[in-house]
Amino acid sequence: MKHRALLVVAGLVGAATLAVSLTVAAAGTSRPSGHATPVKSAAIAPPKVPNAAAIKAKYHGQSIQFIGDAAVGASHKRDLKLVARFQKDTGIKVNLVPHPSGSDAAYSQLARAFGSKSSKPDVAMIDVVWPGAFAPYLVNLKPALGKASKQFVQSIIQNDTIGGKLVAIPWFGDFGILYYRTDLLKKYGYSKPPTTWNTLFAMAKKIQDGEQKSNKNFYGLVYQGNSYEGLTCDALEWVASAGGGNFIDNGKVTINNTKAATILDAMRNQVGKLTPRGVTSYDEEGARNVFAAGNAMFMRNWPYAYSANQTTPVKGKFSVTVLPHGAAGHSVGTVGGWQLAVSKFSKHKPAAIEFVRYMTSPAVQKFNAIFNSNVPTIPAVAKIKAVVKTNPYLTPAIANVARVTRPGKYLKTHYNEGSKAIYQGVSQILNGTPAKNVLPSIASKLNSLIK
Amino acid sequence: MSTVAEATRARARPVSRGRWLRRSPVGRFVTKVPFWLLIAVIFVYALFPFYWAIRSAFTPDGEQFKTPIDYFPKHPTWANFREALSASTFQHALINSTIVAGAVTLISLAIGSLAAYALGRFRFRGKSAVLYLMLSMTIFPQIAILGALYTMINDFHLYDTLGALILSYMIFTLPFTVWVLTSFMRGLPGDLEEAAYVDGATPLQVFYKVLLPLIAPGLVTTGLLAFIAAWNEYLYALSFIQTPNHYTVPLSITTFVGKSGSTFQQPWGQIMAATVIVTLPLITATLILQRRILAGLTAGAVKG
Amino acid sequence: MLLLPALAVVGFVAIYPLGKTIYYSFTNQEFLAGIEPTKWVGLRNYRELWHDSIFRTAIWTTIKFTLITVGFEFVLGMIIALVVNSNFRGRGAMRAVMLVPWAIPTVVAAQMWKWMFDDVYGVINDAGVRLHLLSHSRAWISEPGTALASVCAVDIWKTTPFVALLLLAGLQVIPRDLYEAASVDGASKLQQFWRITLPLLRPAILVTLIFRTLDALRVFDVFYVFFGNRPDTQTMAIYDQATIVGDGHVGYGSAVSVAIFLIIGLFVVIYVTFMRVTEE
Repeated sequence: MKHRALLVVAGLVGAATLAVSLTVAAAGTSRPSGHATPVKSAAIAPPKVPNAAAIKAKYHGQSIQFIGDAAVGASHKRDLKLVARFQKDTGIKVNLVPHPSGSDAAYSQLARAFGSKSSKPDVAMIDVVWPGAFAPYLVNLKPALGKASKQFVQSIIQNDTIGGKLVAIPWFGDFGILYYRTDLLKKYGYSKPPTTWNTLFAMAKKIQDGEQKSNKNFYGLVYQGNSYEGLTCDALEWVASAGGGNFIDNGKVTINNTKAATILDAMRNQVGKLTPRGVTSYDEEGARNVFAAGNAMFMRNWPYAYSANQTTPVKGKFSVTVLPHGAAGHSVGTVGGWQLAVSKFSKHKPAAIEFVRYMTSPAVQKFNAIFNSNVPTIPAVAKIKAVVKTNPYLTPAIANVARVTRPGKYLKTHYNEGSKAIYQGVSQILNGTPAKNVLPSIASKLNSLIK
Repeated sequence: MSTVAEATRARARPVSRGRWLRRSPVGRFVTKVPFWLLIAVIFVYALFPFYWAIRSAFTPDGEQFKTPIDYFPKHPTWANFREALSASTFQHALINSTIVAGAVTLISLAIGSLAAYALGRFRFRGKSAVLYLMLSMTIFPQIAILGALYTMINDFHLYDTLGALILSYMIFTLPFTVWVLTSFMRGLPGDLEEAAYVDGATPLQVFYKVLLPLIAPGLVTTGLLAFIAAWNEYLYALSFIQTPNHYTVPLSITTFVGKSGSTFQQPWGQIMAATVIVTLPLITATLILQRRILAGLTAGAVKG
Repeated sequence: MLLLPALAVVGFVAIYPLGKTIYYSFTNQEFLAGIEPTKWVGLRNYRELWHDSIFRTAIWTTIKFTLITVGFEFVLGMIIALVVNSNFRGRGAMRAVMLVPWAIPTVVAAQMWKWMFDDVYGVINDAGVRLHLLSHSRAWISEPGTALASVCAVDIWKTTPFVALLLLAGLQVIPRDLYEAASVDGASKLQQFWRITLPLLRPAILVTLIFRTLDALRVFDVFYVFFGNRPDTQTMAIYDQATIVGDGHVGYGSAVSVAIFLIIGLFVVIYVTFMRVTEE
């Protein structure tokens, strides 16, 4: 009798929770949402699928799973809109599954799916550094999309070609840029943003000292300092821009050098000074939140932050430029960006390939660039006026910055592990250990992974 | 009991200062103050984080992310709750966790009560070995078999399904259930079943008709503890589940991205709202059944 | 016969995988299939493990965490148990309040505290600065100096009440008249505590300590929520999970598992011997 009481209680509580959640959910859907989405993007709609009738005749009714962008914000809305359009035009059902927001978690997720030879997903978005790792599990797209691939940035196509097989098609690109506050630049008498790290530190110091009188939370520089993939990207920019190499060059591990140590130590020395102490737990949005609230002078981030900042207090008060460089280097930006690939274990490969063809087409890239400030991977799209207008970092002065690539090519299936060795090591440095005590162990870990 | 000698000795002793303090009304008040202060500190310490979660859940984002912070929301809002609950991942998570924890609890109770019947009411060889096995399983480090479970679940095509969790959660719920229920079974008077056996009942009938109703309170307690353990589990859920729609509550709480944030945002207001939502049923159930839980916990731990 | 289902399940989900884990620990098993053929590598994984400095750091982090949390939880739990054991109005409510932190999921507790520890908008910084306990806001979770302390705070908050309840159960078994007799004999409260309470509570204390220690040694959730992959604050369980699930090294990860199993086993042996010795 008494355990009936428990069941009743549990049942009631469960039912109440569900009931409340459903009513509130129903109420919630009618609310306007999305503060990060630029208002203007509402006007643009996804393009129609070319050759839809023929595709429909052949593959109508098939169902594919697509692992797309993380489950939030404008990126997810972009995926939803494109998928809906594709489904409507072709009759192929696309089951959109968002990936985890951390790039390393997304990698593990795919590794597990491929490792278990699962027939799902059919199509996945993969980071620019992963083709080497996943090539054995991906369909060669050369026969179907080889011709279309000629219109893309060729260096990315090469990156996606492993052993002569084109295993992925570039979807959108990314590269690191420097955001700065134009109003404060003027207020403190500077005419242009810094070009070297030393000037950046000097400017940041002066501005921070001035601003902190009225705003105790103001800092000079924020970036992605958390122990995760984003830190590997930031660290690559620091080291490469100081002439310290790209971690692994020509098959040799180069990370353990004095130029790298100098710039990493310089960054370490600013943690808690020009950079908030909490930077070692910031990801992209952690950094952006500080900048968007008006609490930072400089920020390193990806282009997405440009449109995301348009609805914040710093709207109209910031601009972008290339990242600074060290005494012995030149400005660089870490290559990011995502490709679409088809799984070898897919049961509906032709339908999946048609989906990739649509998603990477020039018309969709234009839509992505305007709707979500995604950097096009087709040069012709990047020159369209409407695209440049919404994405000012596509002007040649910024977009032509030297790109540096994370060492995916050399680490192959061990990429995730190698990157972990790098970001964990750099995290240790930022948290107070001198670089010379950390770099040798990163180097030896990387050496053991590439042999 | 007390002898005259003792009584006189007590009376003969001088009244100490402590005694005076305890006897006079003012003194009693003075000694009680630190005591109540201590109680107040314990209350605040235990409850403040909940207060903070609730206040953050009701605070709109604009107030949430500004300094100096307010200790009470100036413009309380339900928005965070609405946003949290309308996130489909979170809705799924509530349902998934209910399914997983419910199934794990029912299976553990069904299998566990049979085993407890055998262990608590019969004598046989190897009994203490089985009991020790169950006891040692309750402190078994789950991480130790992660790799093997991982490949097993893959071989059975259970990867990324709730079945993987139902199976793996048995590792900690079942031994615990067996152990606690055995102590309940043993607690029943020894000659209970005799009358039933005389009437020609089989052991199974005795189990269902006589013993099970009697240990019902034990089943409730054990079931609730097993349910909470399964509801709260994180390591296996993190390792065996991949699709957001299959997330359990702890997974969805840690990967909470809300509905309208951008990719990397930590929407603390919504996370706290979600926290409050998943915590309330547990707290309610715990408070209603607190005496039982205490009895169950102490049976499981102290008597062990 | 009645035991069969239970034994079968335990055998299937625990004993068999344990055997398999031990087997894997001698192979180079990988999760991403088809890269290298799986083969027997003998003691190679264990040799590497011996020189694995990250794992060594993880062991130390875990042991430090265990000592700090179990120590604080025991002392605080004892104080709370003694307070609640005395008769006062609202004792029932108090006991109910104590169960609350125990009942909520660890990751939920961790999220609540992570937000309270926030470097800019966290209440701990704000209150600390307002009360002049802190000169400036601190990044509690990021700074290496306070990182471990901040996770310990969460665990202590969540588990102390539970420890108190276990000790309380032990306290209530102690007959009242023992104390009465003692106070008649003029023993002070403190003397009563040392002479009566502690010795009689010993079984409850030992069991509580064992449970808490073994629990603390396998800690995963709080660290994962607070630090993710941060290297200086990994526990044994975090490192193992990352090796197996993150990197897909089932073989090496299994060797780590076996090592964790042995370390925890060592603690069990220490406790059990200690119990035997003190009982005699």
